[in-house]
Amino acid sequence: MLLQQLVNGLTLGAVYTLIALSFSLVMGILGVLNLAIAELFMLGAYFGFTAILAQLPLPVALVAAMLGSALVAIVIQKIAYEPLRDAPIVTPMLSTLGFSIILQNVATNVWGSDPLQLTDEVLPGRLTLGSVSISTMQLLVMGATVALVAILAFVVQKTPAGRALRAVAENRDVARLLGVSAARVTLLAFVLSGVMAGAAGVLIGMHYAVITPYMGVDIGLKAIAVMVIGGTTRIWGALVAGPLIGIAEVMTVAYGGSQVRDFVVYGLMILILLLRPQGILGGSRSEQGQRV
Amino acid sequence: MTAPALLSLKNITKLFGGIRALADVSFDVAPGQIVGVIGPNGAGKTSMFNVITGAYKADSGHVMLAGEDVTNQPPHRIARAGISRTFQNIRLFGGMTVWEHLLVSQPHSESLMRRVLPTRWADPTALQRAEEVLAFFGLEEMKDRNARSLPYGLQRRVEMARAVTARPKLLLLDEPVAGMNHDEAEDIRKLILRLRDDGLSVLLIEHDMAFVMNLCDYLHVVDFGAMIAHGRPEEVRADPVVLEAYLGRAA
Repeated sequence: MLLQQLVNGLTLGAVYTLIALSFSLVMGILGVLNLAIAELFMLGAYFGFTAILAQLPLPVALVAAMLGSALVAIVIQKIAYEPLRDAPIVTPMLSTLGFSIILQNVATNVWGSDPLQLTDEVLPGRLTLGSVSISTMQLLVMGATVALVAILAFVVQKTPAGRALRAVAENRDVARLLGVSAARVTLLAFVLSGVMAGAAGVLIGMHYAVITPYMGVDIGLKAIAVMVIGGTTRIWGALVAGPLIGIAEVMTVAYGGSQVRDFVVYGLMILILLLRPQGILGGSRSEQGQRV
Repeated sequence: MTAPALLSLKNITKLFGGIRALADVSFDVAPGQIVGVIGPNGAGKTSMFNVITGAYKADSGHVMLAGEDVTNQPPHRIARAGISRTFQNIRLFGGMTVWEHLLVSQPHSESLMRRVLPTRWADPTALQRAEEVLAFFGLEEMKDRNARSLPYGLQRRVEMARAVTARPKLLLLDEPVAGMNHDEAEDIRKLILRLRDDGLSVLLIEHDMAFVMNLCDYLHVVDFGAMIAHGRPEEVRADPVVLEAYLGRAA
């Protein structure tokens, strides 16, 4: 029973991790909370749903959802972020909030407000290991998450684009003086975050959730909590916090009842904010000081 | 000046509110020249660097690089056009190794698609360039160390190496030997001379007078944002206007 809950928790945590990474890519590099990421996630679910209904194979549906969400992310960057780049930090956050609501509206008009759900027939099958039963779909969710995180880690750590990304995150002015185009790096950060959010959406849509235009609100907020718990200045904090929150949530529901579920997640977030505002993985606070 | 200038500042003025940080500043740097800018603290030297590199917008005047007008271009364009710099207070990237610092300043390929590939495929010449510069600055053994964990003198070297890797035509050094002892400063002086022998032009700000007098081909003296004197080091040293700017203030 405990092991089974762990597996379920990890599956949920995988999805949280992807969305939290999506938030923290933009947050870590630009210092801006892009609230529309929650809707990129929701759109990812719809894109995946539509692709699967069109009889496209699962991997194609996954890629289509990721690209679809990345395209919307570019639109958000061009309209809601770029013109407001020099405005106070709360301004682009509000404009992305506006975008969120517009995107919910668009989804309602395109796909309707009735909840959609894929049948289990998309990817049937279960794997039983002793007392633990893992569905093929759960394996897909976790496997795809691990693969995506590995690819993202590689891009960020080992490629010219990734180094540019880290340089701008660390010190935008110095990076520019070294020939790094901050505008391109910003675009890349939005694209990567769209890809992650889109993937999370299609995975959760296939796994169990019902797809509605408002599904991003609840899970998006939870992903922000995951990002905070992991540490907003450290992109990889989500890798620890995602599974942690996923497991905590599933365990709470299993042993404490679903009525205290959000209490645990958000309680943990507030606790972290009070005791360790830099997050689990964030460095010492003195390290965050201004370096100019 | 008969030879066409590499860098040419023409009547640069920079205002901060009512204060003129730079007032009608003009001068040239010829190819292969090492030029020093000296002056009391707050005279506008660093503001001058910031205008040249595009970090500050000039209120009037022009910055020409090899005949091309780069005035108020975005910093990354100016960097790619051939100007790179170091900072008075070292500004290395936290969490990056020395090696990564030498790759980050080589943003050649404009294509996003290519740049998300491993460096080996995306930009093989960058690796070669980084190796060369690493050897030039004697940093081979520090290659995989976190740059910020190095001793102060080596951090200065890494910053200089990072600027050089970008293949600039003009290198701006903001107090390259600040806080260094005589031997360390001498090493830096030799490195700068070798860079010049490789065809680089250098414009530097420095308070260490012995260092400046020994190294520079030509000096410009700034005070209150204006150029008050210029000439060869021995001329500037004897200039009463310069003596007054320095000593008159201190007295």
